[in-house]
Amino acid sequence: MPWRPPTPIEIYQLLPQTNCGKCGEPNCMAFAVKLINFDTTLEQCPPLIEDKSYAKNLEKLKALLSPPVKEIVLRSPKRVVKIGGEYVLYRHELRYMNPTAIAIDIDDSMDRDSILKRIEAIEKFEYEYVGRKLKLDLIAVRSVTNDPKQFAKTVQIVAENSTLPLILCSLNPTVIEAGFNVLTQEHRPLIYAATKDNWREMAELAKRYEAPLAIASPGDLDMLVSLAKTLSEGFGISDLALDPGTLIGVNGLAYTVKAFTWLRYKAVYDLWKYAGYPLIGTPISVWSSLEGDVMDKMWWEAILATLLMTRYADLLIMHSIDGWVLLPQVMWRFQLYTDPRKPVAVPSGVREIGKPDEKSPVIVTTNYALTYSIVLSDIEKAKVNAWLVVIDTEGLAVDVSVAARKFTGEKVAEVIKSSELDKKVRHKVLIIPGKAARVSGDVEDATGWKVVVGPVDSSEIGKFIEKMWTENKLKELLSQ
Amino acid sequence: MSRDRDELRKRQNDEEESKRYAEIAGLLAKIAEALEKGVVELYNIELAFDEVELQIPSSAIETLPIPITITPPPQKVAEAKPETQAAIAIAKTVEIVGKKVVELMRIGFEEPKPNFTGKVVEVKIGATKSEGGTRETSFVLGGHELPPYYYLTGYKPPHLPAFGGDTFDMKIGLPRAVRQVFGDALDNPEEWARVWVKKFGAEAIDIHLVSTDPTLKNASAEEAVKTVDRFLQVVKTPIVVGGSGNPEKDIEVFNAIANAFPSEGLVINSLNLDMALEKVCPNIAKTNAVVIDFSPMSVEKAEEINRKVYTWIPRNRILLDLNIGGIGYGTEYGFTTMERSRLAALLGNELLQHPFNVGAANAWGAREAWMTMDPYWGPKEVRGSLWETLTCVICLLAGADYFMVLHPLTMKVLKSLREYLFSDPKPRDPEKALSWLSTKLPVV
Ligand code: SF4
Repeated sequence: MPWRPPTPIEIYQLLPQTNCGKCGEPNCMAFAVKLINFDTTLEQCPPLIEDKSYAKNLEKLKALLSPPVKEIVLRSPKRVVKIGGEYVLYRHELRYMNPTAIAIDIDDSMDRDSILKRIEAIEKFEYEYVGRKLKLDLIAVRSVTNDPKQFAKTVQIVAENSTLPLILCSLNPTVIEAGFNVLTQEHRPLIYAATKDNWREMAELAKRYEAPLAIASPGDLDMLVSLAKTLSEGFGISDLALDPGTLIGVNGLAYTVKAFTWLRYKAVYDLWKYAGYPLIGTPISVWSSLEGDVMDKMWWEAILATLLMTRYADLLIMHSIDGWVLLPQVMWRFQLYTDPRKPVAVPSGVREIGKPDEKSPVIVTTNYALTYSIVLSDIEKAKVNAWLVVIDTEGLAVDVSVAARKFTGEKVAEVIKSSELDKKVRHKVLIIPGKAARVSGDVEDATGWKVVVGPVDSSEIGKFIEKMWTENKLKELLSQ
Repeated sequence: MSRDRDELRKRQNDEEESKRYAEIAGLLAKIAEALEKGVVELYNIELAFDEVELQIPSSAIETLPIPITITPPPQKVAEAKPETQAAIAIAKTVEIVGKKVVELMRIGFEEPKPNFTGKVVEVKIGATKSEGGTRETSFVLGGHELPPYYYLTGYKPPHLPAFGGDTFDMKIGLPRAVRQVFGDALDNPEEWARVWVKKFGAEAIDIHLVSTDPTLKNASAEEAVKTVDRFLQVVKTPIVVGGSGNPEKDIEVFNAIANAFPSEGLVINSLNLDMALEKVCPNIAKTNAVVIDFSPMSVEKAEEINRKVYTWIPRNRILLDLNIGGIGYGTEYGFTTMERSRLAALLGNELLQHPFNVGAANAWGAREAWMTMDPYWGPKEVRGSLWETLTCVICLLAGADYFMVLHPLTMKVLKSLREYLFSDPKPRDPEKALSWLSTKLPVV
């Protein structure tokens, strides 16, 4: 019996039913519908949270909406990272919730300068994509010296100089404890990891510092879930994360994919609580388990990261800090965690790029966020002042929307009319995307404007405008 | 019902028992602590040492480290008064009792038992001499009865994915990373195909007959037939013949090729809903060729085109292409469409029970795969190949069966991944998985 969302009625019955509208919805039923679609949260209903007489109902609602994969919170004084909190095996069954957190390692044999440099590289990593800034999330401090003092020193440098939550990595409880001793209360790092050999001591630490605890049991699923049961029920530790082992090569990779798949399957299809924790993948493993040169290792680390992210990893610990290894990871993560029920769209309308005037070109594009942001950045890069007409293609890209008849003359005419663009420019010329050439006639008919077919790829916009948008060319065009 | 009650009572008993043990453990822990300081101070406690049975298997102590550790110096113990010695022994039982309180609760991991009843059809690609063709190799795709990579005991996927190399019958703009590996071979499509097979182990060759595009060279169907003939002479793997994407021209080209090579087990790439299917399918039906039905990112359209094509062509001669975009450019749509289709197929939707084709070259269309970027993001040659590889990894996990690949490195990685993923999921040195924890790694 896989996880199923509650019905709106089940939710509605537990809401205050006053239809007060404080949640921004017209009534409690509408709010209930939003809740089961995970488009809002219980916190948005003030009466439910504030009025103590609803306390019981609130608990029941939380239980009804709680995910089969526990959500774990890691914290630094400046940042919060949530992992897990998942409901489904396949994206199309609902959507994936908390994007896979990516941690980069720092080890305690590094000197201060190297540590600072690495922190800076981790913190500065940023890629702008469809208007979002894609970034890294965590720092994993590893003890390679197995010296508590050395580890504490490293943790201290990292904590003082970075904003990200931490993972304390060692199998030696004394080392982990030393790490905790230099962290303030505001830190809530993940302990990595309890194993079949050290679980009692690690459990003590997790209890004492109220920190989430990772369980590592490479190659042994029985032990992994036995430890999950023991630590949750025997010790009362509720925040656990599971690492079944990231192995590569013949037998190893197959085992890894099997373990991740089985764990997530048992959690969300069988609602088996011992599998219901965030999963940890360690692409960093290739650095110690693979032969070959650095380039090979980076290449395989990238492959493992993509593979594990696609197969349910909620947290990845990585070593490469190179842009080319991480770029596809953060981009794929963004896509994988979008809501498959809704294309990523931006509002339609007319945008002013640079300082357009009555003579500036008018360029048409779709409201698919990716298309929009690429076109936008290309126009900006080319330093062209332009009017950008964004039409509502229901979040579809140009070619797809043309095929699906969502890119029509009527849609273009609508935006021109509502924005009164004809009063802002003197010419009546539209540049449409090269991939929309097929509908140029339709756009001319519906708008009464002259249509020029632009380049297929918007990176050519600069060149195109330079060539096309001259007084003479325009005269020629309009006299046709 | 009564069993539940018994269970409950048993659990209550267990709980009480462990509480009692916890109390004893706490007390004994105090003794242990005191012993370390060399003093035994116990208030309100009467201990009759001769009543305490000490049975301490020494191995148990060594293998079960617990939080309470006592390490009294040995000679001190020997010199200690008899009471103290006894107390040490009691303290050691802390470990035994402590073990009872937080003993490992052993449970087993029962494997998933999903319920799937559908089966993906098996599609034969290429025809060897004994099968009426002239290919030296042929392979079968599909046959799946479970979603990809479930590894359930007793189930082995009947057929592995296969990888073909892309070639184009005229010069087109190719990424530099591709030009670098193939060099001069790119000037001669047959040579290109030969290098693919001989040097890079392509299991099939994809010929994209771009030259037939009416807006490019508009090469005739007869010329296309000649090209395919030359390929059939030079390489002995199965061959996938792709048109130009122009729906009218493709019909002409596909008909001519079907007529000319009815027994080679060719794959026709591809049919779509914009084509007048009735003008091409009857001809293909008379051969042993396989068709790829193309339905970009739409499960519904996939059902529609398959239903139409069934009118002429048997189900076991159809592959499905749901399209894929490179990472950052619609990958999630293709990925999810594949996952949805495969699950529906296995749950019994017969319209979707077809192996998947993937055109990996699309990955190179992603801007991050071809654009010159700030050096921090690495050379575009590296990014491009990686983009194709990772896009394929994602499709592999979604269950894709045949991959049309542009770069040899992608093929190499895919072959390794196939070997790894289709091996027995039994790690040899699982402990090695944790070696990264304590290893000093090079920082680049
Ligand atoms: S805020 Fe709460 S009580 Fe008020 S309408 Fe919304 S759901 Fe109902």
